[in-house]
Amino acid sequence: MPRLRNLHMTLRYEDDVRLFPSRLARVGVLLLLVLAVWLPLSLKSDFQLGVLIDTATLAIGAIGLNLLTGYTGQVSLGHAFFIGTGAYCAVWFGGHEHQSLVVWLLAAAVVGGAIGAVIGPFALRLRGNYLAVVSLGLVFVGLHVFHNWRQVTGGPGGTAVTAPLKLGPINFARLKIGHTVYTRTQSFLLLVLLVLALCALLAKNIVRSRPGRAMQAVRDRDVAAEVIGVSLARYKIGAFVVSSAMAAVAGALFGAHQQFVQPDSWDIILSIQYIAVIIVGGVGTIFGPILGAFFIAVVPQLVNRYSSHLPLIAHSATTHGFQISRFEFNQLLFGLFIVAFLVLEPRGLAAVWFRVKGYFRAWPFSY
Amino acid sequence: MNNFLQLCFAGLALGALYALIALGFVIIYKATGVINFAQGGLVVLGAYLVYNAHITWGLPFVLAVAFGIAGCAFAGALVERTVLRRMVGQPVFAVIMVTIGLLYIIRVGVSTVWGFDQLNLNDPWGIHAVDVGGIKVAVTDAWTIGLAALVLGLFFAFFRYSRMGVAMRATALDQEAAVAQGISARLVFGVAWAIAGAVATLAGVMLSTSGAGGVRPDIEFVALLAFPAIILGGLDSPIGAVVGGLVIGITQDLTAGYQHRYASFLGDGFSAVMPYVVMILILLVRPFGLFGTREVRRV
Repeated sequence: MPRLRNLHMTLRYEDDVRLFPSRLARVGVLLLLVLAVWLPLSLKSDFQLGVLIDTATLAIGAIGLNLLTGYTGQVSLGHAFFIGTGAYCAVWFGGHEHQSLVVWLLAAAVVGGAIGAVIGPFALRLRGNYLAVVSLGLVFVGLHVFHNWRQVTGGPGGTAVTAPLKLGPINFARLKIGHTVYTRTQSFLLLVLLVLALCALLAKNIVRSRPGRAMQAVRDRDVAAEVIGVSLARYKIGAFVVSSAMAAVAGALFGAHQQFVQPDSWDIILSIQYIAVIIVGGVGTIFGPILGAFFIAVVPQLVNRYSSHLPLIAHSATTHGFQISRFEFNQLLFGLFIVAFLVLEPRGLAAVWFRVKGYFRAWPFSY
Repeated sequence: MNNFLQLCFAGLALGALYALIALGFVIIYKATGVINFAQGGLVVLGAYLVYNAHITWGLPFVLAVAFGIAGCAFAGALVERTVLRRMVGQPVFAVIMVTIGLLYIIRVGVSTVWGFDQLNLNDPWGIHAVDVGGIKVAVTDAWTIGLAALVLGLFFAFFRYSRMGVAMRATALDQEAAVAQGISARLVFGVAWAIAGAVATLAGVMLSTSGAGGVRPDIEFVALLAFPAIILGGLDSPIGAVVGGLVIGITQDLTAGYQHRYASFLGDGFSAVMPYVVMILILLVRPFGLFGTREVRRV
């Protein structure tokens, strides 16, 4: 049945839980890996490298949020708090204690996960709307702590992040291959792409196995899940732990890249940016957040770069009459993206991709 | 003692403000079962509409407020008709996110038209204060408390005696059954959003005329502080919104007054996060707020 195989029906359980469902997928992932090594080493422009670094750090945090919101169905507006926690882990363990790269990244994951385990039990008692507002409260309480815990955060003025980027003989601040020395941005991009690949693999393995199915059962109907023997406590808290750990890793990398962090960065706008990423990319997929992260990272940069060609946008700090600043315009775009995608394409860019793929797979038939 | 009473009264006024904002959340929640994060945007929009009518066009203050209420109610109904109606039947997560997206759109829209400057809405209430038994009572605060009481009374009467109010309660209870009885759920949703817009305008006016206010985009953030109030009181209870608002307001002002003396280790400006701390503590004990309806889950 050649036609049938082409249509790619999943006939066996083993096929359903495979890491790479088809040869095409294996080739695709291999190509992506090659691209992930080749891009950092060949791109020169700081603009392009910067967009890719933003994409990768956003994507790491968004994959975590997607495990929590997209797969387990727990609405969280508190992601910014965990991102900030991770950044200050980089400040403390990397900058202050001079620990190595692996140690401060793992420390961020452990601290983030531990705080997630403390917050998680709230989700057992609160659902939907109530949970959303409590997680919003977490951001405000977090901002207060970040403003006042001066030894670590440097107070409202911010603090420098001097976390070392050395992994054994490899220095991700100044990569050297043969006789070629690469810039900090190039080397750092390689590092974040490596972490992104690890996080994506971890997330994919979670969702294609038993915990992943349990999480989706909790999302779809938690009472029914509990009746068939899924432990709500275990999977809701577990989702919080993994998601916060990934958020903290993303925050640590973000801090190490920026080299300076301020408490005000970890506000509700950041949380909403992450939510925009998973909505635009596709809730409940692994590669969706990566697509969404690229989209959300590249659009503000393009706006900043080409604002002089766009009408209604002010180029200087002061605005005249019916004009808005670039910052405002980017916020407007976030709002529009969230609303437009949820109303018109609730499964995000991932759904567009599936549709295109399905069209070619069934070609020349229309379904 | 006098200081304590003074702080309590200031907290009462602040709480009444929160209550006014919270009532807007409650009415939308009661009809549609969704927290409307865009409510803060409606508050800002209402305040600017009143400013535009009162200062730019020179209408008398009362007429300007009426204009603001009408305009903001229209905006609320418009948002419901164009965006939220398409979201019926979608998961809670999606609807919450749509309202957050709307908040951004309204916020940028407002600051595009009116800018970021602090605009002065003159002084409709007068800044003088009356001395009542040793406590200074600002006239603005008295007005805020009075207005909150009035709106609460109107809500009560509306839900109890008017056809639309009863229809709204029925829709909230069981949408399908209500529609089967001939109630237009669409009309109910539209009206709920319009009322939320109208209440938001009142809240916006009070926010921008009390204290060192002025009409400014920041008042949206004060609206975020009303969240603890509604959660505390229970999302679907108007009386809960008012009690929650008052509790939060008084706690916040007492914290501001005494925290630096007795608990300075909590850091500067702790009073700003105090509402959230109170909210989290109360939710641990009562997950559906003080007056909220407990959700029954049947297997």
